[in-house]
Amino acid sequence: MSSNVNSVANTLKIALILCAICSVVISGAAVILKPMQTANQILDRNKNILIAAGMFDPAVNSNADVASMFERFNARIVDLDNGTFLSDEDAQRLGLDPLTYSESAAKNDPALSDALGGEDDVANIRRRVKYATVYTIDNADGSFESVVLPVSGYGLWGIMYGYLALEGDGNTVQGIGFYDHKETPGLGGEISNPRWQAQWPGKQIYGADSDVAFEVVKGGGTGESQVDALSGATLTSRGVENMIAFWLGERGFGRFLNNEVKG
Amino acid sequence: MSEMSKTILIKPIFKENPIALQILGVCSALAVTTSLQVTLVMCIALTTVTAFSNLFISMLRNNMPGSIRIIIQMTVIASLVILVDQILKAYAYEISKQLSVFVGLIITNCIVMGRAEAFAMKNPPIPSFLDGIGNGLGYSLVLIIVGTLRELFGAGTLFGITILPTVANGGWYQPNGLMLLAPSAFFIIGFFIWILRERNVEQIEKNEFPMSAHTAEKGAH
Repeated sequence: MSSNVNSVANTLKIALILCAICSVVISGAAVILKPMQTANQILDRNKNILIAAGMFDPAVNSNADVASMFERFNARIVDLDNGTFLSDEDAQRLGLDPLTYSESAAKNDPALSDALGGEDDVANIRRRVKYATVYTIDNADGSFESVVLPVSGYGLWGIMYGYLALEGDGNTVQGIGFYDHKETPGLGGEISNPRWQAQWPGKQIYGADSDVAFEVVKGGGTGESQVDALSGATLTSRGVENMIAFWLGERGFGRFLNNEVKG
Repeated sequence: MSEMSKTILIKPIFKENPIALQILGVCSALAVTTSLQVTLVMCIALTTVTAFSNLFISMLRNNMPGSIRIIIQMTVIASLVILVDQILKAYAYEISKQLSVFVGLIITNCIVMGRAEAFAMKNPPIPSFLDGIGNGLGYSLVLIIVGTLRELFGAGTLFGITILPTVANGGWYQPNGLMLLAPSAFFIIGFFIWILRERNVEQIEKNEFPMSAHTAEKGAH
């Protein structure tokens, strides 16, 4: 028996059978669960956009509200270099669909992103996508009630991902939300704390000279373009400031806001 | 339930606790214990994986060629872990986001592999399954203690519900930041092992490297 079990033929047979069974089980599970996982990801993203825009209060609203609340938003792809909405023809030519376009996938695609070097890479994200999806609530006259921009920047331990919601003037903050970060819980992780985020609404991103004036400052942050830094999290606070400086600047959404939003 | 299966199930909780006695699986005990909810999901995931990997490996044990024994164990364990990960992503997305890479790391959790090799390879399926659950419970016990202490004193909450209102949220409790960092789990596990070994003296290991007596007078040269 034992010599039979340990024979080469049996070893191969067992290995093959086991691999076949395991791969069928795993691929089966992956295929069956895929629609639910995708739905979860989209739900999570939409919820974070609503949280950034200050429309979703986790204490009051539940996941079931997300779909109906999110209906007011339109998703559109922005060409960051030109600073304009991508026309439907261009989007088709590039094969981009605002509902499925993923910045994180595009970031690894040389055709859809650029490498950033040295001084350009303020937020320390190494690569920048050429196109980004923004979410807007449109007014009847073509202006916007709300513009939600995806932002990301390096904190202390890793890249922080979030959404920044601006009012229709493209300058006043409506709110901020982070949906993924690796900052220290209790210190840098407090960027997710609603109490800290509550300072953001109403702040002005741009100063009088239309450069980004937004700062994260220690001890107070009462100015119209300032929020208070997190205590014990200097590098995270600096990361947030750099993130805003980059994404609202020339290489981020600066041109888009000038062309399409501020009007 | 027979006396023997009871012993198999209960023994790993205090007497042969995988973390406290064998010091296995400590890595995840440090990583996922900052909040109790995440801790609990991790415990369920690990217990499930250990139980079923023990079951399947025990069922295979008589047909397992010795030369690829470890590879077969790894394949079974890895498949189960991927399955758990996929299910979490579909049914508990928020928590699976917080657990992130640590569900995948159950594959390398020493408890799973350790029990497969030490118990499931030598015992029939049902006792092996119980042994997996027992060891999962032993692991869970330590993790839940660590998670409770860390979340309560680090963030002032339990399961996200405020118990001690923190200063940052307008309360009186100044949270202990150390509790939220990984080293605090080391201290808590250390104290847990100390208390356990005070009560179960037989768990104290023999000193492997005793200091020899001072030899100044006789051996001086």
